[in-house]
Parts: sequence; C-alpha cells; structure tokens
Amino acid sequence: MKKQIANWGNYPVIEANEESFAFPEQLQDFLSRNENFIPRGNGRCYGDASLAGTTISTLKYDKILSFNTETGAFECQSGLTLDQILEVIVPAGWFLPVTPGTKFITVGGAVASDVHGKNHHVDGSFSNHILEMDIVLASKETITCSPKINNDLFEATCGGMGLTGIISRVLFQLKKIETSFIRQKQIKAANLDELIELFDEYNHYTYSVAWIDCLKKGNDFGRSILMLGEHATLTDLNEKLKQDPLQLPKKKQINFPFNLPSWVLNAFTVKAFNFLFYSKNFKREINNVTGYEPFFYPLDAILHWNRGYGKNGFVQYQFVLPLEAKKGLVEILNRISDKGLGSFLAVLKVFGKQESIISFPKEGYTLALDFPVKTGLLEFLDELDQIVLKYGGRIYMSKDARMKPEIMTQGYPELNKFKAIVRKYNPDGKIHSIQSDRLFLTTN
Amino acid sequence: MATVLILGATSDIGAAIAKKFASNKFDVLLAARKPGQLGPLESDIHIRYGVNCSSLAFDALNYSSHAGFFNTLQTKPEVSICVFGVLDDEEEAFNEWQLTERMINTNYTGAVSILNVIAKYYISQNKGTIIGISSVAGDRGRASKLIYASAKAAFTTYLAGLRNKCFKEKVHVMTVQPGFVYTKMTENQPLPKLITSTPVQVADIIYAAYLKKKNIIYVKWFWRYIMLIIQNIPEFQFKKMKL
Repeated sequence: MKKQIANWGNYPVIEANEESFAFPEQLQDFLSRNENFIPRGNGRCYGDASLAGTTISTLKYDKILSFNTETGAFECQSGLTLDQILEVIVPAGWFLPVTPGTKFITVGGAVASDVHGKNHHVDGSFSNHILEMDIVLASKETITCSPKINNDLFEATCGGMGLTGIISRVLFQLKKIETSFIRQKQIKAANLDELIELFDEYNHYTYSVAWIDCLKKGNDFGRSILMLGEHATLTDLNEKLKQDPLQLPKKKQINFPFNLPSWVLNAFTVKAFNFLFYSKNFKREINNVTGYEPFFYPLDAILHWNRGYGKNGFVQYQFVLPLEAKKGLVEILNRISDKGLGSFLAVLKVFGKQESIISFPKEGYTLALDFPVKTGLLEFLDELDQIVLKYGGRIYMSKDARMKPEIMTQGYPELNKFKAIVRKYNPDGKIHSIQSDRLFLTTN
Repeated sequence: MATVLILGATSDIGAAIAKKFASNKFDVLLAARKPGQLGPLESDIHIRYGVNCSSLAFDALNYSSHAGFFNTLQTKPEVSICVFGVLDDEEEAFNEWQLTERMINTNYTGAVSILNVIAKYYISQNKGTIIGISSVAGDRGRASKLIYASAKAAFTTYLAGLRNKCFKEKVHVMTVQPGFVYTKMTENQPLPKLITSTPVQVADIIYAAYLKKKNIIYVKWFWRYIMLIIQNIPEFQFKKMKL
C-alpha cells in the first residue's frame, strides 16, 4: 500500500511502499522479491536521501546485541535510535563518541550520513569510531566490513547514504564520562571576525558550535553566540548533582501540534526571534553546568519542530568551505542577509581534518541554514552552490533535496571511486533513492 | 523477582509486552516457534533492564508438547501472556482447508491447549495471572475476517469462561481486545491513524490494566464503543454490508 512519506524537511513528499523487517529472515524474504528500494531509518535526514518508491524500514530491527561496560564497545542492530542508546549507556558512565544535533536518528542513519557533531575538530565523524559492521547487499549476501576488512565497502558505506546495501549491525566505541553533565561556556561575538578569532582561541574545547544571526548587516554582521562545552567531571558538580552524577534527564517534551501557516515566518518574526535569542545572554560570557540534553539536543525538546515551517516544508542548506576561504563565508552570509529569506538557525562549526571518499566533513568552516520552501528559493540556492564551489567547498547530502549533479561531482573529488564501489556491491542499482537518481550516483 | 512468560514473543506486540514487563523488573521467558530468532531480543532486554531473559521453543500447534513445555520450566512464571496468533489471507483460507484449520488451531485450539495447562498449575497454587490477547474482530463475524474472527470469538469466550472458573481459586484472567495495531500483520493495510495503536501503546495499556486486575480491556478504550455499535447493527442490515 502506498503512503505519503517525507523526511524531516517535509520536502519533497512522495508516495511510497513502506516495508519493514524485525528478523534477518524477513529481510531476506523482502530481498527475494527483487524490488528496487532504499533503506530508511527514522527519516531524520532533511531531503530526499532515504526516499524511493519502495523503502525498507530498519526501525523494527532495533535490538542491543552487546555492551561491554568495561571497554565501552557497543553493538546493536541498525534501527536503534541514539536516544535509546543514551538511556542505557549514560547511567553506566559512557557517552556517544559523536552525536549530531538530534538524538532521534538511527545508528544506521548515523553511519549512512557519517554524522558529525560539535566535537568534529577533536574526534572526527561517527565513522571514526566504528569497529565493525555488517552490510546486507541487494544480492542477499551479508558482508562484514571495518577499516581493515573489506575496506572499500566500509569507506563507501560511511556517508554513502545507504547505496551500498542495508547496514544491519554496527559495533562501535563509546566515550567514557564521569558525569552526565556538560560544563558549558557561552560567549557573545559582536561580528563574524570576532567569532572566527574566538573559534581559534578556544579550539582546545572538545565541543564548539556557534549560532549566527544572518539578518544583521554593517558592524553587527555575523553577530553570534559561541557555545563551548566539556563533559563535566565530578569536581564540576554541586553537592546535589554529585549524589547522582550519571543521572538521565527528566522527560519533558512539548509537541508542535500542527503546521504553522507559512506566512508566520517572515523577515520580521525571524528578526524578533534572533533578537531574543541573542539578548537572553545579558553578559558577554556565561559559564555553567547543564544537562547533556539542552547542550546537544536543544531542538529535540520540541517534537515536530519542523512543522514550524508550514506545510510547504523547508530545505536545510549545509556546506563546508576550506579554512582559507573565510571570504566565501562572508559572501554567502551577505547574499542571505540581502535576500532576507529568513533562517531561524544559522549554525557555524569548524571541522578538523578528515580523509574519506564520500563523507561530508573536511577541514574548514561548515554553515547550516534553514529556508522555508517558497518561490525563488531553489534558484537562490543554485546561486549559493556556485559560490560554495568557487571557494572549493561542498554540500552535505543528508540535508540536500535539490543540488544539481555537477555540484556534487565538483565538490567530491573521489566521487568516481565511490560510484565504482557502489557498482561493485550494488551492481544492478536495485538500491537507489530519489536523491541518488537525481545525482546520478546509481545510474549510468 | 517475578517472572513473565510471553507465548508468541517474535510478534511485534509480544516483544513490546516483554520489554514493558522487563522495564518493571520482571524476569522474562520468551517463547516462540522459532526461538533462534529471539537471541537479539534476549540480549536487548538483558542489557537494557538488567533482568534475566531466556528463550524457549514453543509450538502452539504441537498440543501434546504443551504440558511438557510448561511443567519442565524451572522457574514458573507468575504471569503468562498468550500473544500468538495468525491472520492468513481469508480468501485463500476459504478455498483451502489446511489454511482454515491452521488459523483456527493457532488462534483457538493451541491457545486453549496451553492455557489449560497453565491454569491447572495456577489453580493448584491458588495464584497467578493469565493474559490472553484476543481481538475486536471476534466481537462480530464478518466476511473479510471469516475464519480469523470466528476463532478469536471462540478464544474470547474461552477466556471469559476461564476467568469464571479461576476466580474462586484466586487466579486472575484478563482478556485484551486490541483494535487496529501497526504490526507486521497489518503492514499492508490502510489503517486510520486516529484509532490505530502502536505495539508499545498496547504494551503500556496491558501493563497498567494488569496492575489494576482488569477483566476485559479494549486497546484503545474507544474500541469498546466502536464494537458496541457494530454489535448492535441489526443482522438483516449487517448481512448486506461490505465489512
């Protein structure tokens, strides 16, 4: 039966047959039917990466297989979500080695997007912490791969958007923590230059990310708040928290119950929001201890926050520019500010070095922005793509719903190698998505 | 620590119930026809909730094995939950007796066979709880669920009788009547979102009802009224309807 499905941006919406499996035998039965499909986790990528006429959901394939509380090695089926993992590992004194800004993604999705977090400059992306994983190919064969075994499959699966096969089992290394809290520092930066200096000055912090008000011009251009953090040690906690240093956050979530009408987000309301966000920090610098949830997952507190962008949905645009291309950052921010297209969130982060063939992160500045879908947006993003390319940057596939194939080819120098590996393991292109069709990753 | 036995643990609802009881510190015995499939659920429950969890082979259709299955359990469960069931294509089943027979025997005969064994033991101990997952489909026969609904109707009636028989022996029997649930069984059916539950919701409601020693519960509650209306449509009208 066909259902309407979309990923987190609610754009595009497509008709799809959703299948699922809870046991390997059911997956084998599905593969025997010889259909074209794309594996899908919790649908938290933003664009069209996990959309196709038939999807095979991993959400029921979500069991924890082993957890060594001595070494921090954690093994699970790929449909398990990060929020469930945290509930098990945090009380035992462990944390995710890398986490994106939402905990509602599956482990399979974390691998397929090779997600990064606020600690990329120190710890790299998710794939750096994978010890071993199993991939079920369209041919029904299961292959174990790691940086050492079947290395080509491993490399093309990390960040490969599910195109090599179904990621079924992942064994990865957790990070030791003494408490579940974060020692946080927030610093206001008056403009972009100041922000970049602050990033340099505080690059020894494990976690760092900045929020930028894109609509400010002139002297205030790039007005921002830099957020830094370290896992708090016992000595950072007050007496009350010390009694239960590895406690889980209390559950309090609010739901965004309906789609906001799309006119609600306009230059005025976004400016007002940004003003409030910036002004809530009275002092230039704030130092405190906070739970891991508000630090890592501020938006997860509002379930379905994507509905704030209305029924038409939104596009998230994330690119990375090399460190020497600060000028490009200025140029892009200027264009956005001139256009007044309205972006709640403009998030800036510095990536460290990374060697990979298809993963998004590479050394430089990465900026992520949300744009509600409206007329003229796609053309405008095409213009931004050209600037990104001009400065030697590239676009993040997990956020993408509209990039042209030539932008992909030029942004990812190892793309041909990636395609060749995909062809080796998925020779008939049975596994493909709307995105892989659009970008010619699984065709020709 | 108390122990719960899940008969039909490879089903989506069975797995959800197992986790719910485990999260309330029950040790868990998982039983299914293919116990080899239960390894991951077993490790998952053990790691998440720190309780003991083991898997057992149980075939609802192998009636003669049922007494042996239960009597050789080293730890006898305080709560036994009968979740297994099968829904085949009704049109095919109508044309092929083997399928019809399998549906009747899995949903009814097999359930009666094992629950008789368990009830006898609980009666001898003057304690224990039996929870049977039946279906709202059993509340009125209709064309599209011809065999399934009639087998579930029989099972619902059996549970009511068993509750009556066991009451004075201090053994509690609870009937669960789920409406639409998103499971493998219903994956390819268009289900109305408003009145469809997830397996996790079903498990939460069952656990809460277990604590309150409820007799008959509908999941969700409004299904009781939906079925009341359906049961009250006059037969001369009902027989003409496409249901």
